[in-house]
Amino acid sequence: MEHTLGLLQLGQRVLLPGTSATSRDLTAETHMLSQPELHTKVRVRNLDFFYGERQALFHVTLTIRANTVTAFIGPSGCGKSTLLRCLNRLNDLVDGATVKGRIELDGTDINGAGVDVNSLRKRVGMVFQKSNPFPKSIFENVAYGPRLHGFRNKRTLDELVQASLEGAGLWDEVKDRLTHSALGLSGGQQQRLCIARALAVQPDVILMDEPCSALDPIATAKIEELVFALKDKYTVVMVTHNMQQAARVSDQCGFFLMGELIEFGDTKSIFTTPQDKRTEDYITGRFG
Amino acid sequence: MRAYWRSGELFVWTTAFGVAVGLLMIAGLLALIMIHGLGQFWPQTIEQVELDNGQVVIGQTVGRETIPRSVSQDQPKGLSRTRFRVGNRDVFGSDFRWVDEADIHARTTPKDVVIVERREWGPAYGRIHTIYDADQIYVEGQETRSALNSILVRGRELRKSIDHIERNEIGDINHQIEALRLKERSLALDGGPGSASTVPDPALQRRLAELEEEYRKRAARLEELYRQAAQYQVGLTISDDREIRIPLAQVIGISRPNDMGWGQKAFAYVGNLWGFLSGEPRESNTEGGIFPAIFGTVLLVFLMTIVVMPFGVMAAVYLREYAAQGMLVRIVRIAVNNLAGVPSIVFGVFGLGCFIYAAGGTIDRLFFPGALPNPTFGTGGILWASLTLALLTVPVVIVATEEGLSAVPREFREGSIGLGATRFETIWHVILPCALPGILTGLILAMARAAGEVAPLMLTGVVKLVPALPLDSAFPFLHLDRKFMHLGFHIYDVGFQSPNVEAAKPMVYMTTLTLIVVVVSLNLIAVVIRNRLRKRFATSAV
Repeated sequence: MEHTLGLLQLGQRVLLPGTSATSRDLTAETHMLSQPELHTKVRVRNLDFFYGERQALFHVTLTIRANTVTAFIGPSGCGKSTLLRCLNRLNDLVDGATVKGRIELDGTDINGAGVDVNSLRKRVGMVFQKSNPFPKSIFENVAYGPRLHGFRNKRTLDELVQASLEGAGLWDEVKDRLTHSALGLSGGQQQRLCIARALAVQPDVILMDEPCSALDPIATAKIEELVFALKDKYTVVMVTHNMQQAARVSDQCGFFLMGELIEFGDTKSIFTTPQDKRTEDYITGRFG
Repeated sequence: MRAYWRSGELFVWTTAFGVAVGLLMIAGLLALIMIHGLGQFWPQTIEQVELDNGQVVIGQTVGRETIPRSVSQDQPKGLSRTRFRVGNRDVFGSDFRWVDEADIHARTTPKDVVIVERREWGPAYGRIHTIYDADQIYVEGQETRSALNSILVRGRELRKSIDHIERNEIGDINHQIEALRLKERSLALDGGPGSASTVPDPALQRRLAELEEEYRKRAARLEELYRQAAQYQVGLTISDDREIRIPLAQVIGISRPNDMGWGQKAFAYVGNLWGFLSGEPRESNTEGGIFPAIFGTVLLVFLMTIVVMPFGVMAAVYLREYAAQGMLVRIVRIAVNNLAGVPSIVFGVFGLGCFIYAAGGTIDRLFFPGALPNPTFGTGGILWASLTLALLTVPVVIVATEEGLSAVPREFREGSIGLGATRFETIWHVILPCALPGILTGLILAMARAAGEVAPLMLTGVVKLVPALPLDSAFPFLHLDRKFMHLGFHIYDVGFQSPNVEAAKPMVYMTTLTLIVVVVSLNLIAVVIRNRLRKRFATSAV
């Protein structure tokens, strides 16, 4: 049963945005059916977060729509990464971390009782600041997640790996050396491999924690294009230090300062008519 | 001056000096061991020395020294004396003899002098003139040399047959008889007191009688072989012109170092070295080979590794990955580290008390009641010794594994967890493979420590001489209850417990060298494996 389900999902996901007429039709159809523009994917309500005694987030409230790119900006240590890591409960790994408030994914409280944290992380994938491919082959890196979640069939895995690598725009570059070590790839390729790895478990939401901070401008541009394409099927939430990047790729934008969400709204309006003085100072480069 | 100090040049020299001293010490130690150890296999020239009083000494020079208190005004350099290995311990009472240089009248190296390696009494030096067949003269004079070869071959064949019958055939029969006896006793014990030996099992009795008949046949054959082996005797004229007769069965080899070229000597050298490494000890370990000790050492380390690795790694994974990092874990960690510093003899005592008396005694009572009061597992053996060593080395493995685990980048954990992997899956698929080089470092350190330990083994099952190796062709092949020999203990035994310490000295050096080689090669194997893995799991620079 699970296999069939997986394949069905795969059937949808395999299709890259804008690769063929049929895929576009299918995507359009899905969009029409689910009214994605109106659909709320993640809702954060009054979130307080503590590292032991120290409070890192204060009363954060925001709503992220499905199939959009949301960017969190702000100076270092302002809590934007912490919020990101709350969304897939990666902060559970930190000793002494406590969460107050509510985070909903498709209407369900992710911190609620009865939520399987591993299934949650399967639905909310993550790409890290430092590209972190495992010291395995390229194929094994992408197949790692699906294997954990029960994919054993060689052919299904092969297809899934190819689809994921295509989804991350890496397939053409690595198709001849899938068995080579992932550590032999360039920095940008490694980061796209990490994206492919996240796509392979078929998530709904992809979190990206400063995905381009260690990359050169060309690799950065490729990732940005990719992020832009990904929002057709996924909801992307990214943290970035780069204001231009936020302006280029995001639909919504949140500005954080000292653990508080100062302003949240459409990227265009934030960058053109910020409501708060502090936001304006930050995006015009007067501090931070 | 201050500028010189600040330039740090002095510091560079001081640190380099430290390294140099260390290297010098290691190189010196190795050189000493190798010179004394490897030299003994070279066929050394035999000298014949005539003394002023008419005595003749035949032997090999072992050393020379200045006679103490011989230095005077007319003898500014003093008098010196030479030490000869003269052999023939059965006749002379000692293997060595000091000869004052002043007494020496003439030194020659006659080509017809031989060394006879014997099974007992060490080597014999002299000339072979006659070969006897029982009491008759078989050959004499010039023909002895050619006749000797064929007789030696015959002798070796006889020896082989004798060994085979004694070891394998009679050994097997004894084994079966012992098994039957135990079965009979167990049956008697099960039947309760009283019913014990009243009704012996007829089938068992029949089988026992058969085996005893077999045994008698073998024994008769053995007697015949021994008679044949004793038939021929080598007549050896020793330095004082007496003739001693050496039965063929006693002869291991006859060599004429004075009549050998370089090629022959090199050939003999390799043969001797191989004989040492592959042979069994003779003459309370002062002669012959050390194979059982090499085998015991390697098997011991191997068994220890099998036991210590899973436990050490599991403990480290719990401490590093699962346990909450608090006060308790810190205390446990300190305790583990200190455990590595406990003197090894303490572990030996613990092994004796906990493993041998408590665990072994219980096993004997439960599974081998028929053999009591003779202990089966309730006495020292290779199993208990390897468990004791595992206990001794487990801190090393834990510490190294923990270090390996903590060196795995946090990004790998988060990457795996972020994909929906559970903690266990992350540890199993990502962290442990990445920590493998660190774990193998622990293994290397543990092996190095274990292979060099002697003290705990002396309490848990090492012995001077074993009749059978712990691994052989008799079911169940690996006999964990057997005692074993060990190179480290062999050094102690041969060097300090042997009746003939002086003659055994080269053996001590050679055994030491072998132990070092064994430890180094075990480590090298592990290092090669680790480096391969390291290449595979190298973390990226990006």
